[in-house]
Amino acid sequence: MARGKKLMFRTHSLSFAYNRQVSFQFPDVELEAGENLLILGESGIGKTTLLHLMAGLLPPQSGKVELRGTTLHELSSSQLDRFRGSHIGLVFQRPHFVRALSLQENLALVQHLARKPLDKPRIKEVLDGLGIGHKLSEKPHRLSQGEQQRAAIALAVVNRPQLILADEPTSSLDDKNAHRVARLLQEQATATEAQLIIITHDQRLKAQFSNTLTL
Amino acid sequence: MTSRPLSTTLSLILLTLGVGMIALLLQVNRHIQEQMENNVRGIDMVVGAKGSPLQLILSAVYHIDAPTGNIALPEAERFQKNRLVASGIPLSYGDSYQGYRIVGTDHQYPELYNATVAEGRLWQSSFEVTVGATVANLLNLKIGDTFVGSHGLTEGGEAHGDHAYEVVGVFDYSNSVLDQLILTPTESVWEVHNHGGEEASTTPVGNESPAREEKHDHEEGEEHDEHNGEHEHQEDEEHGHEEGEEHHEQEEEQEITAMLVKFRSPMGMVQLPRRVNEDTNMQAAVPAYEISRLFNLMGVGVDTLTTIALIIMVVSGLSVFISLYNALKDRQYEMALMRTYGASRWQLVGLVVQEGLLLTLVGFLLGILVSRVGLWLVSNLMEASYHYSFSGWGWLAEEWWLLASALSIGLLASLLPAVRVFRINISKTLANA
Repeated sequence: MARGKKLMFRTHSLSFAYNRQVSFQFPDVELEAGENLLILGESGIGKTTLLHLMAGLLPPQSGKVELRGTTLHELSSSQLDRFRGSHIGLVFQRPHFVRALSLQENLALVQHLARKPLDKPRIKEVLDGLGIGHKLSEKPHRLSQGEQQRAAIALAVVNRPQLILADEPTSSLDDKNAHRVARLLQEQATATEAQLIIITHDQRLKAQFSNTLTL
Repeated sequence: MTSRPLSTTLSLILLTLGVGMIALLLQVNRHIQEQMENNVRGIDMVVGAKGSPLQLILSAVYHIDAPTGNIALPEAERFQKNRLVASGIPLSYGDSYQGYRIVGTDHQYPELYNATVAEGRLWQSSFEVTVGATVANLLNLKIGDTFVGSHGLTEGGEAHGDHAYEVVGVFDYSNSVLDQLILTPTESVWEVHNHGGEEASTTPVGNESPAREEKHDHEEGEEHDEHNGEHEHQEDEEHGHEEGEEHHEQEEEQEITAMLVKFRSPMGMVQLPRRVNEDTNMQAAVPAYEISRLFNLMGVGVDTLTTIALIIMVVSGLSVFISLYNALKDRQYEMALMRTYGASRWQLVGLVVQEGLLLTLVGFLLGILVSRVGLWLVSNLMEASYHYSFSGWGWLAEEWWLLASALSIGLLASLLPAVRVFRINISKTLANA
């Protein structure tokens, strides 16, 4: 995949074992500026594990993950938390929020946790870009399924991450919404100059990505 | 917390109860002790009629119990001449006005409590009264007002219709039993009960001082003028209502209800109480001893309540723990989520501990509030039934300890949840959600 351009993100001989029976060996991934990746794979072959390794949520058994020159697992636990907070945006299969807080407060919390100053215009900008700007003070769990998924994307991109990782973001959505969410993710990645990696078993998305990897 | 209102409320209620009870006990205990000690200052011994020594102390020093009976004035005075006795204050009581006791005594009595007159002057002659601050305040008595006392120490006794007292002065607050009393010369009490005496019933109110001795039917007034001058001449007296039936036969002998004695030296403490109890038909009671006995008796109850309150506090700690733990179980995903957004372990631990501390702090504050409301209620109750009220709602040193222990309970209760949050497996939690 390497094309000699500026290397932004790469994984190198990643492996992980939950126990002796369940262990995974992952192919290397290398992404350059402006490049996105769709990773396809059936259930149970370690898709989520790979995503968590890439996000630094799990320490790999061997190999390494490098984002713009920083090797994730060389950081201390709290450094890693901070690094992840400010540079990696995560979108999960099912959207989750802090229930007690409104959408805007959730986004503000994410900014706060990444130790960034409260930036209300940015929050508004992100939500408007996702078409849910009018739901600002709504409690997230009161939003519709599609709106919730878009709100989850907002949480992932509000801090202008360098890497957006999405775990099955479309599996619970209908065709129309699935394509829309995928497109929105791509748009947001372009807008923040981030690399987007979607891990899914959802074959519908294949058409939208030029760069795919099948596990 | 807000997502689990029931368990949070339960923890809060338990904590409030525990803290409230302990704080209330501390406060009530302190107030009672303070009042008791304040009132007993300068009184080494009380001499009165035979009976329960505790009753004698309660009635003569604190004015909250019925008197044990009367003693003959000459006998009391003989005793007063003992060289170990520094002073003796005669007290005659048995009548009241609207539930406040009218006490016949001399000017040494207010001096004992360093009471100062806020308005007007001290009583001088029969049927002049100087009233305690609380009495004046609550009954709205002013200088020049007149009122009629009634038989007995509670409201509703038979009124002494033909003898009106005149208010000539009001005491300042002395924070002692004096605030609750109406003071008058001993002669007044005596004359009121001597309905038969032709002159007594016509005794005018507000006579100036020289008049008082001559007005008596009982001329024995003079015989004790010989000893200590000023105060003694007021000691002739008539006794309380309970003995009302007897007083006709005893008219010839002047009586007082009790005498508050101060010793000249500690030797008095050793010798006098025994001598009084053995050689006379009077009784001597030592306030310090009786009060410590009373505290010992009360102490059992206070200790039991304190233990119960402590148990409640521990249970509340347990409840806070369960509430935090359950809340955490529900919010594990949120916690993991926050970690993925950059929160460090310690931030989340801080969050959980903060929650526990906030909960216990709120419980503590509510508890203190409850204790103060309780104190106010108890004070009102005491005021209504004993004419005793508490003053000062101050913060006690023990309450800092209470705060410290409440917060430690909160800290302790959030410890295990905090450890769990610290060791949270983000990946697994997210994957299982």
